[in-house]
Amino acid sequence: MIFTLTENVSLSPTVFSLRLEGPHGAVRPGQFAQVSVPGLYLRRPISLCRWDEKSVTLVIREVGKGTKALRSLAPGSPLDVLLPLGNGFDPSAAGQKPLLVGGGVGLPPLLGLCGELLALGKSPTVLCGFSSKSDSFLTEEFLSLGCDVRVSTLDGSLGAKGLVTGLMDGCDYDFVFSCGPRTMMKAVFDKAARPGQYSFEERMACGFGACMGCSVPTRSGMKRVCADGPVFPGGEVIW
Amino acid sequence: MKDLKVSLGGIALDNPVIPASGTCGFGKELSGWYDLNILGALSFKGTTIAPRDGNAAPRVAECPAGMLNSVGLQNPGAYHAAAYELPELKSFFHKPLIANISGFSEKDYVEAVEILQRDSAVRILEINISCPNVHGGGMAFGTDPKMAAAVTRAVKDVAEKPVYMKLSPNVTDIVSIARACVDAGADGLSLINTLLGMRIDLKRKKPVLANKVGGYSGPGIFPVALRMVWQVTGAVDVPVIGMGGVSSAEDVIEMMYAGAKAVQVGAANLIDPLACKKIIEDLPRAMEEYGIERLSDIRRVE
Ligand SMILES: Cc1cc2nc3c(=O)[nH]c(=O)nc-3n(C[C@H](O)[C@H](O)[C@H](O)COP(=O)(O)OP(=O)(O)OC[C@H]3O[C@@H](n4cnc5c(N)ncnc54)[C@H](O)[C@@H]3O)c2cc1C
Ligand SMILES: Cc1cc2nc3c(=O)[nH]c(=O)nc-3n(C[C@H](O)[C@H](O)[C@H](O)COP(=O)(O)O)c2cc1C
Ligand code: FES
Repeated sequence: MIFTLTENVSLSPTVFSLRLEGPHGAVRPGQFAQVSVPGLYLRRPISLCRWDEKSVTLVIREVGKGTKALRSLAPGSPLDVLLPLGNGFDPSAAGQKPLLVGGGVGLPPLLGLCGELLALGKSPTVLCGFSSKSDSFLTEEFLSLGCDVRVSTLDGSLGAKGLVTGLMDGCDYDFVFSCGPRTMMKAVFDKAARPGQYSFEERMACGFGACMGCSVPTRSGMKRVCADGPVFPGGEVIW
Repeated sequence: MKDLKVSLGGIALDNPVIPASGTCGFGKELSGWYDLNILGALSFKGTTIAPRDGNAAPRVAECPAGMLNSVGLQNPGAYHAAAYELPELKSFFHKPLIANISGFSEKDYVEAVEILQRDSAVRILEINISCPNVHGGGMAFGTDPKMAAAVTRAVKDVAEKPVYMKLSPNVTDIVSIARACVDAGADGLSLINTLLGMRIDLKRKKPVLANKVGGYSGPGIFPVALRMVWQVTGAVDVPVIGMGGVSSAEDVIEMMYAGAKAVQVGAANLIDPLACKKIIEDLPRAMEEYGIERLSDIRRVE
């Protein structure tokens, strides 16, 4: 599907957001897009951060060739994108008090999720972890949705100093949704007193379940991160 | 009206385009993108007698003009495939099926063939002696003419359907392997499987793939594949299914001028799930451009 890039905005020195316009099917929070980068063979998997009927927004950290090329695209550029892919989070699995824990570019899919949880009348608390203030992004967007937002940074330059799991103490919640580095999610899982859903990354070729390129072992056998995931119940993961 | 029909040793196909084993699973995922009944045939995921989990992740790596995979034949096993995957596949796909079969011993191959050939939709047995991603067996059978011949004979002894041996490009002389298979009774050949390759992550200073090495496929291998198909079809007299990097209608036609009777499309499906559909729809235009009325008229160039 060909989308048109309508906005390319810098959110931090390394993070930027792309708004893509084009018709697409219904999106569940936590689903992702496979973005074709001109000149590179494999598509790049990127979570859907926000969406409406005629557009989607991706929030991306520049880490290598593909994300660097995406960052330099000018508005008006066509982009070949497959979406929505993957299973996504299930907002109905949570009770009234979901806890959302995100680290770095694990936060984008939680923004869309947060919106859906609020629409369902639930009261999410969002914990955002960054390495430092200069590296933070999306916190304003979470605040403007009208939820309880708490921030931690490793160097203490914004919010509490330390790991995002430190913010879990003193939170009252009945369900956990998490996305971020695997080590962060393991710490969240180990600490969480409640069940939850965790969103994983794996290197992908197709992104739609055909090649077995992204399969990982789980407690219920081999699962494709792209098609059976990227979201898995915490109890199914072999941490 | 351009005529896209081709024949694989008497098996009529509406067109020569076949998604390659390992890039279309058991059809289910691709069928969400288009009606697969426009395809010439479909070669399903390499199946072994026992179920396999495959290798550790990461299992894919990007390359210029292609990708590496070290999936390692993750599959549900022949019994499960025959009992569950094939009936489901047949509920939405009514064209010929190619059963892609792998093994670690002659006995493995024979048992998997016996199970999978019972399904009437399976019209061709594609015996993979070229998987670079498994230890013991796999590619070992395809890199030695004597072993390739032995597997061919063992399978031919029990096969009730045409046997196509799928050859590895990771050899010094593919013609000698092809001849050994044909002399041992192979009804046809499929080539090529992936080229053994490697990538190193310069940030981590480690191989990208957990398996360290994997099979290279995609547009980068097309010239190698074309050359091998041309050499093999110049030396043996059985139908050859050509594959390796095919991504466009022009590539299909070029592969047929190298001597292939039908063509498989692999990695291209993973980049664009509509790849085979687009190629089939584009073939009449490309045939017009090159003055071809019937694909079956194409003769191997000398
Ligand atoms: C389901 C899913 C959702 C994601 N959502 C986001 C998001 O919202 N925002 C964001 O910034 N990043 C996200 N990522 C990570 C993102 O896919 C990688 O950062 C990106 O592919 C890197 O590409 P590159 O060319 O810049 O890096 P390179 O290192 O040059 O990439 C080389 C190859 O490795 C792959 N690769 C590298 N890192 C990763 C990774 N972490 N995960 C998967 N493949 C990788 C690339 O896709 C490419 O095939 C997500 C990953 C997955 C699997
Ligand atoms: C992810 C992946 C999985 C594959 N699995 C199999 C397999 O199970 N059996 C097999 O015979 N070939 C397998 N192959 C090889 C392809 O069928 C094909 O021979 C090869 O990729 C060359 O074609 P291509 O360049 O068009 O991909 C696989 C290839 C890829 C990319
Ligand atoms: S990337 Fe192909 S199955 Fe997940």
